[in-house]
Amino acid sequence: MTVKHSLVVIGNGMVGQHFLANAVVCANKDDFKITTFCEEPRPAYDRVHLSEFFSGKTAADLALADDNFFTGNGINIHLGDKAVSIDRANKTVTSALGVTVVYDKLILATGSYPFVPPVPGHERKNCLVYRTIEDLEAIAAAAKTGKVGVVVGGGLLGLEAAKALKDLGLETHVVEFAPRLMAVQLDEGGGAMLRHKIEALGVKVHTGKNTTQIIDGEHCVNKMCFADGEELETDIILFSAGIRPRDDIARACGLDVGPRGGIVINNQCQTSDPDIYAIGECALWNGMIFGLVAPGYTMARAVVSHLAGEQASFTGADMSTKLKLMGVDVASIGDAHAKSQGAMVYTYQNGAAEVYKRLVVSRDKKKLLGAVLVGEVSGYGTLLQYCLNGIDLPAYPDSLILPHRSDESVGLGPDALPMSAQICSCYDISKGAVCAAIEAGCATINELKAETKACTGCGGCAALLKSVLDCELTKLGVEVNTDICEHFLYTRQDLYNLIMVGQIKTFDELLDKHGKGRGCDICKPAVGSILASYWNEYVLSDEHLGLQDTNDTFLANMQKDGTYSVVPRITGGEISPDMLIALGQVGKKYKLYTKITGGQRVDLFGARVDQLPYIWKELIDAGFESGHAYGKSLRTVKSCVGSTWCRYGIDDSVGLAIELENRYKGLRSPHKLKFAVSGCTRECAEAQGKDVGVIATENGWSLYVCGNGGMKPRHADLFATGLDKAMLIKYIDRFLIFYVRTAARLQRTSVWMENMEGGLDYLKAVVIDDKLGICSQLEEQMEHIIDTYQCEWKTTIYDDTKLKRFRHFINSDQPDDNVVFVEERGQIRPADDDERKHFKLMEVA
Amino acid sequence: MPQWINVCRMDDLQPDSGVCALVQGQQIAIFHMVKDNAVYAIHNYDPIGKANVLSRGMIGDIKGEPVVASPLYKQHFSLLSGICLEDGSVSVAAYPARVENGFVAVQIAPAPVSTTCAKEGVSA
Repeated sequence: MTVKHSLVVIGNGMVGQHFLANAVVCANKDDFKITTFCEEPRPAYDRVHLSEFFSGKTAADLALADDNFFTGNGINIHLGDKAVSIDRANKTVTSALGVTVVYDKLILATGSYPFVPPVPGHERKNCLVYRTIEDLEAIAAAAKTGKVGVVVGGGLLGLEAAKALKDLGLETHVVEFAPRLMAVQLDEGGGAMLRHKIEALGVKVHTGKNTTQIIDGEHCVNKMCFADGEELETDIILFSAGIRPRDDIARACGLDVGPRGGIVINNQCQTSDPDIYAIGECALWNGMIFGLVAPGYTMARAVVSHLAGEQASFTGADMSTKLKLMGVDVASIGDAHAKSQGAMVYTYQNGAAEVYKRLVVSRDKKKLLGAVLVGEVSGYGTLLQYCLNGIDLPAYPDSLILPHRSDESVGLGPDALPMSAQICSCYDISKGAVCAAIEAGCATINELKAETKACTGCGGCAALLKSVLDCELTKLGVEVNTDICEHFLYTRQDLYNLIMVGQIKTFDELLDKHGKGRGCDICKPAVGSILASYWNEYVLSDEHLGLQDTNDTFLANMQKDGTYSVVPRITGGEISPDMLIALGQVGKKYKLYTKITGGQRVDLFGARVDQLPYIWKELIDAGFESGHAYGKSLRTVKSCVGSTWCRYGIDDSVGLAIELENRYKGLRSPHKLKFAVSGCTRECAEAQGKDVGVIATENGWSLYVCGNGGMKPRHADLFATGLDKAMLIKYIDRFLIFYVRTAARLQRTSVWMENMEGGLDYLKAVVIDDKLGICSQLEEQMEHIIDTYQCEWKTTIYDDTKLKRFRHFINSDQPDDNVVFVEERGQIRPADDDERKHFKLMEVA
Repeated sequence: MPQWINVCRMDDLQPDSGVCALVQGQQIAIFHMVKDNAVYAIHNYDPIGKANVLSRGMIGDIKGEPVVASPLYKQHFSLLSGICLEDGSVSVAAYPARVENGFVAVQIAPAPVSTTCAKEGVSA
């Protein structure tokens, strides 16, 4: 047996954790016994999304490792215990609590700390920083009594912090020493556009301000005094004026550090002591500190490889970024400031649309050196590929930033990318790896994700991945056909638009104008659903009947033996004893098998087609209505009992669930829809597993979208927070109709959103910011559907011509003699094949 | 030559949909395809789903061939030949059908060839 080497990691931040996550899956993982020190009281969490702490996420939501990561992988973690010294001679690390651990290899992942300018008064009350969850808790506490907040620093982090203050309801200011915002990443034009957009959101921006001191305020806790003589009263001051590497422990044990801080490392991330590595924001490579998480991750992976004896090195990192700051899209690539020798600049500025774009190209206009995008960043992926891979620019480089108003294809085709081009930056997946997976048989985005892990991190490469997939499939001779079927050479979305624009009311009209043949079981129900969600006419009317899918034609769910199940609506899962009794009586009278569904309703099985109208007559007389369990439509809005009864409830989840279910019942959609409402964050209604989930918080309703259970469960994404009911309903109206209009046939909301270019951000832009200017249309369409709602069963049982079909034989009252039940656990079930033989023998006998 | 048997009135049929008729103990699915101005008749028993449900399937065409899709597992059966398009070894009986004087009539052979219909035992 070999003796395990001791691997000690100081710091369990994002980079430290990334190192651990890679180390426990590497080839020689069994050679090491890992110990890690974590100064904070909790293991690593996502600092990049820290501001979401104020929009509903908890510390647990932000956690990077699941609960049993450490024990499960045999890692000894010392939580809340800071490593304070290194004894290089004896190769030991000692902690504040006095723990001493021997190391063979030591990894320093101590990160950085926020730089607080030494302005007189910087230690006054409510002068805070923005780095850890504890910092956030302090900010939240201070915000309870304060009204005004100032962020010192208008960089990337500073603007994130400003968003946090704004989310806390404070009057928010940003004070920046430089003459513009995001001075590192943006040029003057970009900075000005960003400032304009951020000020439009109600944040006051002060640039070129040099704070000289902080003193007692008159109306607020503090007053900031500036060199130009102006003053600003504020309750809270957040310093976000850059970071400094935490190199004190390295300095104390004699490792080389840079003149302005940072632990010096080589290409293998080794410090001046080859047994000690440094990674992340504490490390100084080639005179540079990398203040982004991606380069830190690259360093972490490089060290894991080096420890495994592989040739691996860290050779710098691209600092290009694309992000959303307070809802404003901003991107910066490469040499944004055109500092390169002979660089030429193209600028596009659209004051009306508030878009700014700048390209920096080489003197010969052949190569892209850098770019700045504000307000519209859809070209980021293409531009980044031009820049990183040194791809030759088109003859007129400005075509890359000028708006395109026709259908001309622009941007870089995936074919132009070299095999080495990085497609997914989160998992460092190259185009070559993607192509190999496609050649090996992956034919869908989901298969590619499962095979390569590409696009499973931030999801930002979804559009690029899809275009590579389509391009490669085409090259392999696989036809990428998006036509719905042979009768319509259109997608479902195309058909929706044709119906809207042409105001088409029937399938036959659509087929005559835009299709061929007689239609089929693919296009008919799709068109039936579109017509229903646009015109909302009775689905069993003569012109629509033939379009309805199996279950819709008889307004019930066909089971394996040709009988049906019946599901009356029980809104929000709330039902009175009398209604339950009525349901029970119907079940008993017609000898139906009875089961509780996952959606808090009751399903009654074994009804013959001729029994359905009688069953429904009784149900409707008892006050029930159709539950639409047969349709691609809203099924249920599940709820927990909420604040009415629950000790922990924050709001009335049952009341809201009932209101939502009544609002959207009957809406036909590309796939079935499920909702849920939870009355507090304990989430008993499992709203995050639904297409639309709503959770009550102290600050209002949080809306989650695009989750689902089923074959591929998917957690819903947080869409908006702090909503009152009116706003919540507006967002859901818009979301649903946008989905109904644009999704593919049988496409769930999750897949629809994942396949959408721009994903969740784009969806938010459409639904919340009204990017497409269609929100009022979407709301009107929903109003129309709500106004024209009918219980299809009620309409049907009072229409004799429709009831004619509810018989097994058109020319006889006999029932289907192939329907045979046996009894099990006191209820009926369909007989199996053996039992049928037995039954027939008995019958013949 | 088998006889034409009237089974129901034309207005008992639903446009572009199906009904089931009981004809000499047999369950016959009858479809009215408006575009073809035609009625089609095949056996109602779905040999794959093993239930009497084909009359409740959606109709249309696949590459010009008039078909019904089983409401259970969605295989397509030709309304002309009864053959399953997804699995040529499976088929249902198909019958000539016509409309005369407002009545729908079908021709049923004396001994219908219905390879997989399990119902024959009972009805015989």
